[in-house]
Amino acid sequence: MKAVLASLMELLRGDVQADRVVPPTGFTATLTTLTAGAMAFLAVFALALSFATGRLAERWSSELARSSTVRISAPEAELEAQTRAAQEVLRLTPGVARSRILGEEEQRLLLEPWFGPDLPIDALPIPRLIEVVEEDDGYDAEGLRLRLAAEAPGAVLDDHTRWRRPLVEAANRLRVLGWTAITLIALSTAAMITLAARAALAANAQVIRVTRLVGARDIYIARAFVRRFTLRTLAGGAVGTLLGMGAVALLPRAAEEGAFLTGLGFVGLHWLWPLLIPLFGAMVAFWATRGAALSALKALK
Amino acid sequence: MIELDNVAYSYGGDDLLSDISLRIQPGSFHFLTGPSGSGKSTFLKLCYMDLSPSSGLVQVFGQDVRGLARDQVALARRRIGVVHQDCRFLDHLSVAENIALPLTVAGRDVEAEKDNLKALIDWVGLRDQQQQCPPELSGGERQRAALARAVIMGPDVILADEPTGNVDWEMSQRLMSLLIELNKMGKSVMLATHDLNLIRTTKNQISARVLRIANRKLQLAGADL
Repeated sequence: MKAVLASLMELLRGDVQADRVVPPTGFTATLTTLTAGAMAFLAVFALALSFATGRLAERWSSELARSSTVRISAPEAELEAQTRAAQEVLRLTPGVARSRILGEEEQRLLLEPWFGPDLPIDALPIPRLIEVVEEDDGYDAEGLRLRLAAEAPGAVLDDHTRWRRPLVEAANRLRVLGWTAITLIALSTAAMITLAARAALAANAQVIRVTRLVGARDIYIARAFVRRFTLRTLAGGAVGTLLGMGAVALLPRAAEEGAFLTGLGFVGLHWLWPLLIPLFGAMVAFWATRGAALSALKALK
Repeated sequence: MIELDNVAYSYGGDDLLSDISLRIQPGSFHFLTGPSGSGKSTFLKLCYMDLSPSSGLVQVFGQDVRGLARDQVALARRRIGVVHQDCRFLDHLSVAENIALPLTVAGRDVEAEKDNLKALIDWVGLRDQQQQCPPELSGGERQRAALARAVIMGPDVILADEPTGNVDWEMSQRLMSLLIELNKMGKSVMLATHDLNLIRTTKNQISARVLRIANRKLQLAGADL
């Protein structure tokens, strides 16, 4: 760890004399800084996507996983009896923590987004809804369905699995896609820096020949390139990250009903994560340039 | 110091040198002559490990060059000062920086050795040109700067490949006097040149062996010089 820190400090301190030996090449310098900035900007969004979908999946899993609904559709004369029967079945079902009948006002609120606030709920044949909250271990949904069918034929159990599972799966896949995007961004950055480093080495063939002639070791030559590309990537990555964080911060606030679309962003300490992007980019640049330089120098007679 | 034993070098199927044997002793002075294209530069490249022999043994400071890793070659080169006819400078650096280049790449603090550097620049007479870039120098100034760069690390051997090829007679004499001075300080010198007049003039001032490459082989030059 000490050796790594020492190398890092040496890298940041730089070596004015060594930096003078290898002249900077404008083309690769600009290309590296710009690409590092663009990649960092994209990485911030990919990271934000990963965190947002992670939160979404977690919420859908935890909030909805422990609740389900029993819907009772029966002729008005039988509605009360079937409701009581269903409640009794629920009370006796292992794994059910509690159940309660939703009131008219709650049902009206549930339907409001689709039918408006003035829905005459009394005049409509709205089914009775019972909210069921599970214990940690859950209950046997199939068994409950069979018992409800026997005791209250109009009762239908909806444990939300049907629509919750694909949503959670979708959110999890989006999260994986976010991390895949970050990995691809890192690989693209490494590839770009490798190409730029090789171009810089080719452009400095004469410098390499002369420095070798006077006793330069390959690691000395490689270090001059590594330092330059790492610092450029760090600088470009820092600017790209700050711009990306600013853009994420300026996204519209997440509203309860539109959270899926507007919830992209960071929450609390998650804002610290993007700050690692320039450092990670610099690390990628360090290894990519070092590998490219040493292999190119080895191949160079 | 540098020893070649039955060395041959071929390139593209053509034998450029064959059956070359020579031992460069400490404090020796060798002239290497022969017509253009005879293999003088190739011989020197074998000595400073820019080329590997096709056969035979090259030993530099007691080490067989075939077994040397790149880093070991680099370290050995710090003990060999090389002067080329085309000088091989880094044109974006000043003359002083070019002369100090061997110190820089060896990781030595140039600032701490500025007195030595200054003395060396004065010795080769480039005080007024030290902040200029190499393309601004005349041929003779470039050769003197190259010589200064070759000796700044205090090498044991100096290999000079046609250092007087692009300069006038007066400048040739000045360069030769610098090389003779270095030889008197105990440095071995191997000077490749096709200028026989230069050899004749210098031979009177020092004890030097004159070698000639002819028909790909190294010979001791005779009384014709």
